[in-house]
Amino acid sequence: MLRRLDTLIAPVVAIVFSIVFASFILLAFGANPLDTFLRMFEYATTPRSMALILNSSTTYYFSAVAVAIGFKMNLFNIGVNGQYRLATAVAALVAGYITFPGYIGIPIIIFISMLVGAAWAGIAAWLKVVRGVSEVISTIMLNFIAIGLIAYLMAPSVLGVQTAENVIGTPIIPEGNRIPEITLGNAPIPVYGMILLAVALGFAYWYILNRTRFGFDLRAVGMSPTAAVASGVNVKRMTVYAMLLSGAVAGLVGLPLLLGAQYTFTVNFPGNYGFTGIAIALLGRNHPVGIAFGALLWAFLDVSAQILDLIGVPREVIVIMQGVIVLSVVIAYEVTRRIKVRRQQAAVGMAGHQ
Amino acid sequence: MTAAILIWRGTSSKRVKILVIVISLLATLSLVRMWADVLDLTSRGTISAALGLAVPIGLAGLGGLWAERAGVVNIGLEGMMILGTFGAGWLGWQYGPWAGLAGALLFGLAGAAIFAVATITFGVDQIISGTAMNILGLGFAQFFAQVAFSDAPGGGPTQSPSIEALPSFTWSFISDPLVDLHREGYFIVSEIAGFVSGVFFRLSILTVIAAGLFFASGYILWRTPFGLRLRSVGENPHAADSLGVNVYFYKYIAVLNSGMLAALGGAFLAIASSGVYREGQTGGRGFIGLATMIFGNWRPGGTAAGAAVFGYIDALQLRDANGTAMRAVVLLGALVLFVLAVLALRAKKYQTMFALGVISAALISWFLVTTNLPKEIALVAPYLATLLVLAFASQRLRPPAADGIPYRKGESK
Repeated sequence: MLRRLDTLIAPVVAIVFSIVFASFILLAFGANPLDTFLRMFEYATTPRSMALILNSSTTYYFSAVAVAIGFKMNLFNIGVNGQYRLATAVAALVAGYITFPGYIGIPIIIFISMLVGAAWAGIAAWLKVVRGVSEVISTIMLNFIAIGLIAYLMAPSVLGVQTAENVIGTPIIPEGNRIPEITLGNAPIPVYGMILLAVALGFAYWYILNRTRFGFDLRAVGMSPTAAVASGVNVKRMTVYAMLLSGAVAGLVGLPLLLGAQYTFTVNFPGNYGFTGIAIALLGRNHPVGIAFGALLWAFLDVSAQILDLIGVPREVIVIMQGVIVLSVVIAYEVTRRIKVRRQQAAVGMAGHQ
Repeated sequence: MTAAILIWRGTSSKRVKILVIVISLLATLSLVRMWADVLDLTSRGTISAALGLAVPIGLAGLGGLWAERAGVVNIGLEGMMILGTFGAGWLGWQYGPWAGLAGALLFGLAGAAIFAVATITFGVDQIISGTAMNILGLGFAQFFAQVAFSDAPGGGPTQSPSIEALPSFTWSFISDPLVDLHREGYFIVSEIAGFVSGVFFRLSILTVIAAGLFFASGYILWRTPFGLRLRSVGENPHAADSLGVNVYFYKYIAVLNSGMLAALGGAFLAIASSGVYREGQTGGRGFIGLATMIFGNWRPGGTAAGAAVFGYIDALQLRDANGTAMRAVVLLGALVLFVLAVLALRAKKYQTMFALGVISAALISWFLVTTNLPKEIALVAPYLATLLVLAFASQRLRPPAADGIPYRKGESK
């Protein structure tokens, strides 16, 4: 129990620090911090906002789990952005152009999206395993290549169509290919159906990581590649698997918004969930439950920021807060880790003297 | 080409080798211009625009180079660049462009300081703190832009009022006659004329400063004791420490410099390129800068060359109305890959030769069967080129040995 509390200290310190930091900014701006935070909290706890928070956190959860799978073995998948954008674009094209009978369309579309995400991540995996290219650099490059590729695919002369005035995108997805929404209580906005998939993914992630040989190998490589090799783990193969899996999960990131709300993919489709995922994975320490809390917190901040413009405070103060949270949480983790190491060393030293 | 190889073999002088490369490239460019029939490929407008697009990328790349030479991978360049655009806009519209430059440097310095404390003092993983830096830089710039520009005359929540321009030079007596010479379309001569006329046309003083910074960086890092120590920190910090080098100090200096250079790149975008701060102005150029640095093998000359190539492709794309220039870019890429394939053959690297040859052949056939190509090629070309370099020349790339590894004094691995 005490160990659990230990891991909670860092995020709590980070959140408190970010609140203090944001308060100073608000004071400098001439707003009353306490008042502002109260208004934000009030706004974020209305039924409408709660539904919005659940919706955003669904998207964030997929993204953070995709990043966390890589993190677990020290792989930095900076490329979730490119993977999900390309995957969502292809999924939108398939869903928009092909009408499947009954409800078989949805699983097919989800599968295609995961496949594209995995394939795009697979390029980085191949480059790393065969040519020794750092996945950090290759995925950054692949992000930009994906943007170019999507821009090409969405051109009216290729596959894009005009869906509204001045909007070029994929054809509007027919009813049968959409994912049904769930209405919760008296919330005026329904919740994405894919939230159920997010919960299932959380369980699967936990199970695979902690209860299977594959998960054990994955964590072993992350903690010590040399020890993993010594115990017979094929590190290269694990790298490829982890990257493909990460990419496949990244393929899910854009689907809640695509199949649950927008029904079309345009060039303006939100493109930065990947970096949000990195932040949330860090905040939640790659733990399925931690990530869930991180995603909810992030979404809470996003949604509560919407009131700020109305009370005359620039809502970007929230982005600053989010940045401060990430930066201070990683520093706090590093400091607590060091204190722990020092304590261990001291304990070992004491034992030696006796 | 045989002649070039013969000269290459017969000489050991670095200058002659560079000259051989430059002339070979000019000849290739000239051939492409004639074959694809695109005069604009080396026109004054293209070269001038390419220069303007290359400078911000190059400065970001140079910033990355400083940090990585001291062993710190700086993914946060983009965030520092954004801070630079804001600093330039904020002080720039009120007190003039030079104050804008100072503002950019100041904001870049502040961003880099935060990044440095997390990365160097606390030893947080550099990729993570860099990512956080990008979020933070964006948040700060957006927040303060709202505060500073919303009520300013001619400004708005996402845009600053216009900034006065910095001085720029046009030497018409050199530039104008050369434009006529370029139009004649002589082999190589026209290329040189195009380049020279482009350089002396609307040359921003910031471009001159940027060029100076490249030379200064090369000199300081490779020709002074200070630079030797800084690079030793990036190669083997524990060995450097044992020789009495203050590792933390050099890492800090490198990262702070890195932030200022990236921010200067941002200032170029705000002051010279557009004359305003605008949200999203950097458009990922911090990351492209990182790519140019890798492309340039962690060296100033290579980084500058990388930035020039990327800026050039970008300029062509902006000026390309009907897709013919893109077709020329494909041909250019094919020829360059072909030459590399021949070189790989001579070095008996058959696998590399085969891969390069196939890609080159595919590009040439693509060139032959089309008349115009989509603009998006220019969007992806820099990144594809970097990936290709990483995939096929990674043995030749030599990043600093301790690049990206957090350092703790007294704690060797």
